[in-house]
Amino acid sequence: MNTLLNRPAASASFEVRRATRASRVAVLVLLVIALAVASAPWWAGRDALHDFVQLASYLVFAMMWNLLAGYGGMVSIGQQAFFGIGGYGMLILANYCGVSPFVAVPLAAVIATVVAVPVSLVAFRLEGGYFAIGTWVIAEVFRLTIANVSVLGGGSGTSLTALQDVPRALRESLTLWLALAIVAAAVGLLYVFLRSKAGLSLTAMRDNAVAASSQGVDVKRARLFVYLVSACGTALAGGLYFLGNLRISPDAAFSANWTAFGIFIVLIGGLGTLEGPILGALIFFVLNKFLSDYGTWYLIGLGALAILVTMFFPQGLWGFVSRRFGLQLFPVGRRVVFLDDETSARPATDDVTKALNTSSAAHRA
Amino acid sequence: MNTLINIIVQGVLLGALYGLFAMGQSLVFGVMRLTNTAHGDFIVLLVFVLFALTGFAHLPLAVALILLLGIAFGAGYAVQYAILNRVSSRDPLPSLIVTFGLSIVIQNVLQQVFSADPRSVATGSFESQSITVAPGITLGYLPLVTLAATVVLAFAMQWLFGRTPLGRAFRATSDDREIVQLMGVSYRRTYALAMGIAFVLIAVAAALYSMRTAVSPTDGPALLLYAFEAVIIGGMGSFWGTFLGGMALGIAQQAGFYFDPGWGIWLGHIVFLAVLVIRPQGLLPKTA
Repeated sequence: MNTLLNRPAASASFEVRRATRASRVAVLVLLVIALAVASAPWWAGRDALHDFVQLASYLVFAMMWNLLAGYGGMVSIGQQAFFGIGGYGMLILANYCGVSPFVAVPLAAVIATVVAVPVSLVAFRLEGGYFAIGTWVIAEVFRLTIANVSVLGGGSGTSLTALQDVPRALRESLTLWLALAIVAAAVGLLYVFLRSKAGLSLTAMRDNAVAASSQGVDVKRARLFVYLVSACGTALAGGLYFLGNLRISPDAAFSANWTAFGIFIVLIGGLGTLEGPILGALIFFVLNKFLSDYGTWYLIGLGALAILVTMFFPQGLWGFVSRRFGLQLFPVGRRVVFLDDETSARPATDDVTKALNTSSAAHRA
Repeated sequence: MNTLINIIVQGVLLGALYGLFAMGQSLVFGVMRLTNTAHGDFIVLLVFVLFALTGFAHLPLAVALILLLGIAFGAGYAVQYAILNRVSSRDPLPSLIVTFGLSIVIQNVLQQVFSADPRSVATGSFESQSITVAPGITLGYLPLVTLAATVVLAFAMQWLFGRTPLGRAFRATSDDREIVQLMGVSYRRTYALAMGIAFVLIAVAAALYSMRTAVSPTDGPALLLYAFEAVIIGGMGSFWGTFLGGMALGIAQQAGFYFDPGWGIWLGHIVFLAVLVIRPQGLLPKTA
């Protein structure tokens, strides 16, 4: 082991690699899937288009919850506040301001981000579990406020009338492409962000906020940034969902069930990983499609599964796979690879690689 | 003038119920540092247990109430010992998720067993009796009993924490659960006892609540939020603070209801957020 560690000092020819073979394959596969989805209006049925839009909303919501809880260490039960603001913001801009609904979705996300600034001032007064319930109260305030506004249909909600003149096929295709664009942007931007210096400090903060702070990470600013990004992304998911749904009500838009589903997706998939929510959203979507007819039993099952996973399987499915097989589709860590003496160095390199990778592969302790 | 007095009086009476909801939450926060997101659902669960005892088993109300207290203590002890002790750590995430999961399970099991209809526990005609103390100001007997119960229990909890060996164990475990083990105190057992007592408080709240109004299986989250708000408004670590917090919340909601029924709950939430911004340590913080 000693000679092995001395090697870099003896010969300087090594390089830091970030991509893995799995990650290159993953990028290719994702591109193929994206192309397939983009061309779906020409080969898939209407239900499939609608399904994808729903799946995209769940996925983006879960990714944003994961960013907040898994990376930012802020467990919120109030993300439905921004989901609802995204939905209602889109509807108000489209119905009353004459903005195209497809443009209104990102605009509503900007509004939600602005709203999140004063909200964070209140929410950040609380920490840990108190933060979780405090954010829930804030979401309730938004729900009750909207439910009392009669122009928006009050408690029974209202419909998105701005799309009446758009032909149905065109509307469905445009919604699908918007969903694809939002998912691609969310995955891509989060990946780039987590690989950047800011992402590294965020990961450090997740593992130990005090230690990170002593290394010069501005924990307060990083938390605020994560909160705002998460609010923005969640509002995109909300706008998208209700654009596909065409109908909105305060109880549907600001339901704590959104956060419950998001938590379920992230936990099943793997907290604090990029791959986890994608896997979790697919599993959740399939469960939802085939079992939601069982109503209460289905929800009892989801709740019980969440409890069991937290107690006995906290790393989630992706956490298990990536530890067991050393797979990383979105590698955010760094690996040192030695270039000289390839044949003899190979096993040693693997060892070092493994050692260096554990930090990035390790999830919450 | 009478309207104002009436708002305050009714607010205090409503607040007594919230204070009662919150005391169990306050105990759990204080001893375990556990954020129990299923707190409201535990209240609703015990309401339905009481309903099953009186409605299905046809027990007299007094017998059912005594049985309920026993069942509650056992259930609280068991939930903490079997489930929540496994996930209690410095990281708030596991306990939050598990209690949130419990909340969903309880709501849906109750819906499956009892249907989604709201139900209340019959007390003869006791819940509708009242005395009129001044023109426009009427005090119901049931709210008065609730207020008395809250005051008595606040005294009892303060005494339990301040004057008994068990209370000492609670406070010591709250300060450092590793060190108390050196003194021969098992933190697992202490936690389970604390949850058992919290459940007894919840049972009293559940009984009074179910006599006051009809309860449906999905009411839990709203009750959780009221209890949480009362704890934070009052200030952590003091049962009198929680009591006061409940009053403040009750008065705020009552005032909101007076102006418009749609804004009552809303105003309660707003007062909570305002306290959070202006006085985050609460009205009666222990360390002040």
